[in-house]
Amino acid sequence: MSLSGACSIAGVYEHPTRWAPDKTEFQIMAESAKGALDDAGLTIDDVDGLFGASMTMGAMGIVELAEYLNLKPNYIDGTNIGGSSFLAHVTHAAAAIHAGLCQVAIVLYGSTAASHSVAIGTGMGHGSRNPWDSFQSPYGMTTVGSYAMVAQLHMQRYGTKPEQLAEIAVTMRRHASMNPAAKMRTPITVDDVLSSRLISAPLHLLDCCIISDGGGAIVVTSTERAKDLRRKPVQILGCGESVCHQEIGSPDLLTMGARQAGERAFGMAGVQRSDIDLAMVYDSFTITVLSTLENLGFCKVGEGGDFVSGGRIGLGGELPVNLDGGGLSSNHPGMRGIFLAIEATKQLRGECGDRQVANAKLAVAHGTGGTLGVAHSGATLILGVE
Amino acid sequence: MADLTHPKVHASWETRGYWEGAARGELVLQRCRACSTVQHKPRGVCATCLSGDLEHIVASGRGTVYTFTVTHQNQAPPFAAACPYVMAYVQTEEGPRILTHIVGCDPEAVRIGMAVVADFQPQERTDGEQFAVVRFRPAD
Repeated sequence: MSLSGACSIAGVYEHPTRWAPDKTEFQIMAESAKGALDDAGLTIDDVDGLFGASMTMGAMGIVELAEYLNLKPNYIDGTNIGGSSFLAHVTHAAAAIHAGLCQVAIVLYGSTAASHSVAIGTGMGHGSRNPWDSFQSPYGMTTVGSYAMVAQLHMQRYGTKPEQLAEIAVTMRRHASMNPAAKMRTPITVDDVLSSRLISAPLHLLDCCIISDGGGAIVVTSTERAKDLRRKPVQILGCGESVCHQEIGSPDLLTMGARQAGERAFGMAGVQRSDIDLAMVYDSFTITVLSTLENLGFCKVGEGGDFVSGGRIGLGGELPVNLDGGGLSSNHPGMRGIFLAIEATKQLRGECGDRQVANAKLAVAHGTGGTLGVAHSGATLILGVE
Repeated sequence: MADLTHPKVHASWETRGYWEGAARGELVLQRCRACSTVQHKPRGVCATCLSGDLEHIVASGRGTVYTFTVTHQNQAPPFAAACPYVMAYVQTEEGPRILTHIVGCDPEAVRIGMAVVADFQPQERTDGEQFAVVRFRPAD
């Protein structure tokens, strides 16, 4: 039997916190685990597969997490490929369950990046003594700077306009205004984005995601078992992973991991781009959304500026993107990938109130981890309901 | 913009040829004797064919700006004081693309495709290493 559709997301939980100076990462993960298991109608005693990552978990972090939760899982995976990790975890969990290595997997994330003042975008990674990092760290590479170099190239080569990138931020904020949990809910305009200060040209402050605390959890089990649980199973129909990096062979900087991962995911699911009802894509920066939609095949590379314009990616548009308001407006604790699958799941279960996409049956979630212009990972999921 | 003193480079045996070359005013790249691929960053094997038969070559130092960003915010010292500075990828004549800074001109004057040449900033160090950081400046 094919992996496509064999396993489902049976429960999800997005931690409501955006500011948690009184909590630890593991505490947020544990509270999220409780939320997702309650959602599924399961208990922690049912869990025999543990998956997780965070910005501070070290080499043995997943073992420490098992200890914190008093778990003795049969399957353990602490893969950390940046913000996309959790979409890869869902894939790995589905594969492990399909192979009979575990039955109920939980994927966990927690972060106190905001309350601990972690300068994710513009202040990390300069103190490294690693010789490999010396090709970056003496140059003041910032996260936003790496994405800005992609935006600059896109603008120069294809005439993409700052106004088009700004419309992405405006759309995400409109969606956030319909999400009671979102951190930034006051609507903004294209002019607001363009008149906000430049952080790393051509990206402005409002082209950048916010920094928040937060976390979440996802329960994965076989579709057969999920059918007997509390919620409608959200089937994992397709999945793909990738790594993209620069320099050897001088690859095109506008080719993202989303291309390789997306082709595999769509191929496995056996669905077309035109079948997709909504997309959840990692929006670390506005350019990330534009480039991801291109590389996932929703438009040609170079046509992203037009594609994101005219309301096409807003609720009610042809391809609604990031209905929760995304990292640009809802929450971004450093590794946002888990929220992509959580919101996609809620949308496919029809639970999203004002921001609900009507009759949503099929969603794509794509996470980007790392730094787009330097080295990054990609992980894609195609999710669907019957 | 004050000229930035770049943070200290840390080298391994795989990468020190690049930094020592820079200290001599040379842009040093690796070439595979088995498949002729020129590569950067330097490493112990050819990343194209996995041969260990590599040689160092002195590149022309000429290239073009592939893409860049004018950095207006970086909270980490010493970069905070150096903003705005230009971070860029330079496409070298020999093929590899190098992450670097563009110096010696107004940040607003930098353009994709602009011809540039390597520029070397020797590091003041107390550990006896002779290293320099590679930047690029507009070609004359």
